[in-house]
Amino acid sequence: MIWLPILVPVLAAALYAVFGWRRASTWLAPASAAGVLAVAIVLAVAVAQDGPRTAWLLRLDALSSFMLVVIGAVGLLATVATPAYLRAEIAAGRAGTRTAGRHCLLVQLFLATMALAVLAADLGVLWVAIEATTIVTAFLVGQRRTRASVEAAWKYVVICSTGIALALLGVIVLNHAARHATGGPVGLDLVDLSAAAPGLDPGVTRIAVALLIIGLGAKAGLAPLHAWLPDAHSQAPAPVSALMSGVLLSVAAYAILRVKVIADAALGAGFARTVLVVMALASLVLAATLLLGQRDYKRMLAYSSIEHLGLVALASAIGSQFAVAAALLHVLGHGLAKGALFVGAGRILQVTGTSAVAGVRGLASAHPALAGGVGLGVLALVGLPPFSLFASELGIFRAGFGEGLGWVTAAAVVLVVVIAGALFVHSGRMMLGDPPDGPGAARAAVRLPVPTAVAVFGGLAACAVLGVTAGPLGSLIGQAAEVVAGAR
Amino acid sequence: MSESLYTQLLYLAAGAFLLTAVLILWRRELAVIVRILALQGLALAVMVAVLAAREGSVELWAVAGGIAVLRVGVLPHLVRRALTGAEAARRESAPSVNVASSLLAAAGLTLLGFAVSQPLVALAPSPATQAVPVGVTVVLIGFLVLVTRRRALSQLVGFLLLDNGITAVGFLTTAGVGLVVEVGVSLDVLLAVLVLQLLATRMRETFGDTDLDELRELRD
Repeated sequence: MIWLPILVPVLAAALYAVFGWRRASTWLAPASAAGVLAVAIVLAVAVAQDGPRTAWLLRLDALSSFMLVVIGAVGLLATVATPAYLRAEIAAGRAGTRTAGRHCLLVQLFLATMALAVLAADLGVLWVAIEATTIVTAFLVGQRRTRASVEAAWKYVVICSTGIALALLGVIVLNHAARHATGGPVGLDLVDLSAAAPGLDPGVTRIAVALLIIGLGAKAGLAPLHAWLPDAHSQAPAPVSALMSGVLLSVAAYAILRVKVIADAALGAGFARTVLVVMALASLVLAATLLLGQRDYKRMLAYSSIEHLGLVALASAIGSQFAVAAALLHVLGHGLAKGALFVGAGRILQVTGTSAVAGVRGLASAHPALAGGVGLGVLALVGLPPFSLFASELGIFRAGFGEGLGWVTAAAVVLVVVIAGALFVHSGRMMLGDPPDGPGAARAAVRLPVPTAVAVFGGLAACAVLGVTAGPLGSLIGQAAEVVAGAR
Repeated sequence: MSESLYTQLLYLAAGAFLLTAVLILWRRELAVIVRILALQGLALAVMVAVLAAREGSVELWAVAGGIAVLRVGVLPHLVRRALTGAEAARRESAPSVNVASSLLAAAGLTLLGFAVSQPLVALAPSPATQAVPVGVTVVLIGFLVLVTRRRALSQLVGFLLLDNGITAVGFLTTAGVGLVVEVGVSLDVLLAVLVLQLLATRMRETFGDTDLDELRELRD
């Protein structure tokens, strides 16, 4: 049962490998993502009743089942929008059926490796799964084979592999510490490690934790190893950008949370907190400065992802149960809102043919439905109610002021407001004004495909519902936060 | 194997390991660099083999064999394959830092490597852990190559250097990190290099060269 969230997408990938992209296999990808989501919900209920369960190499607790829900939900959103996106790409001659088939295959493998990452019981297996996602997604980023997209793919693989190699060094150093723990040798099992953490040598553990957080931070898009993110997100096909932003970054943040549990037990809360605060603030400052003058709307969304992951890192640094719960809610809300926005942005790119903010004007009058979706998405992203990012950002800031990180939190609030202003100005420019005349005008009558609309508005509706009431998810988030903060 | 022979062999391999890293910084021709990289893989395999002989572990012998195949044969071969057909790219044109300064930087990085790894050595002093700073230094030198070289292929070499260093640290601290993880790690590195090699080929098709200076499309 625990293996199901991995096996379902692997099976779907195998089917795509055999049958490729054809009419019958179009809806296989969303079905597989829906399957992951359904299994995630069943497992979450089971965990709430019986507690954590283990299988070979895997362990499922409240935190991993919440992350499975995130993977399933964002995966469903992205894969529902995929067929329409690929059809438009094929119609425009930018992709063939072979590319489309490979796209679907790789996306399924991506979902499988992400599920493996959150279910891994062992730090080593977690590492292998996260590195595997880099390899699987490299060709998705470079799918369009243009100069820019090949460059983005190269940067993506080099920077992420280097970051993740640093994390591997961290794993090895931590393993060294664990072999010589005062309470007898332990392996890399996450639970054993946090149990044995007080007996780990502090000097060695400090090196390991710094390497792990910085290395995994590369994958989470946190400064200083963030440089791949804007390129990869802006060049990847829209559904893949949605998945990377909503799932890949979140799973890396999840891995950081797991490391932090061990770090706090071994070194006290101070060390990991300092590292994370520095990275969070650097990411926020970077996102704010580069968003102010941003000219490309896909890069704008990418920098906003750096901002939101910075907030998640800040919440992890705060580390109280309330802060971690807010961080988890933020991860899900951001995944849904950003996923919807990337799908919408991909559609804008397809109808206007440009990714420059200045190239898109009068979206509201030319494509009212699309403009409505993207506009609502931006409102969700800057954290206005009723969307859940409002609740989670408020929670993170309250926790920050309450836990003695007042100055840091105040700085974060200022930066978030600046970023919100920048997002408003840029997207306002795209929405308003007269639609440009010329070649773009002829295509102005293109309708928004129904699946794309379902993905965009469905994602935003889920985000809004989550902001009003978390419902049964609330208790799952509470339990998941206890896994992280309960150890303190 | 006697204690002193074991220690001498181990340090000989570790010395060769560090020396090859410095040589990679020194030489500019990519074809030569790839050959040195294979030599470094050999030094790493010998290091693991010495550890295996010491512990009499069959598993470790097998790992040493695997390392020899992967790092002496397969990985350099992949880099070389990306190289062929790129006559213009054979020479490392202009590293952004000149050779004298990068060798000086390597000396500094060696000191840094030894300073940083003090806690690792102090935790369990033994002939093997005494050599850990060498692995850390090679990681740092790999990083230097990654940052200061502009050609796509030299970046690939930097990545492999980094990875060799990490593997060395892994074997010198303990006997690896468990078989499943070890296999996964090797597979991942192999796949990452395969992907990078394919991308380098594709880059040459679209750019005509693999000079990362050409990578100017994406910036803010």
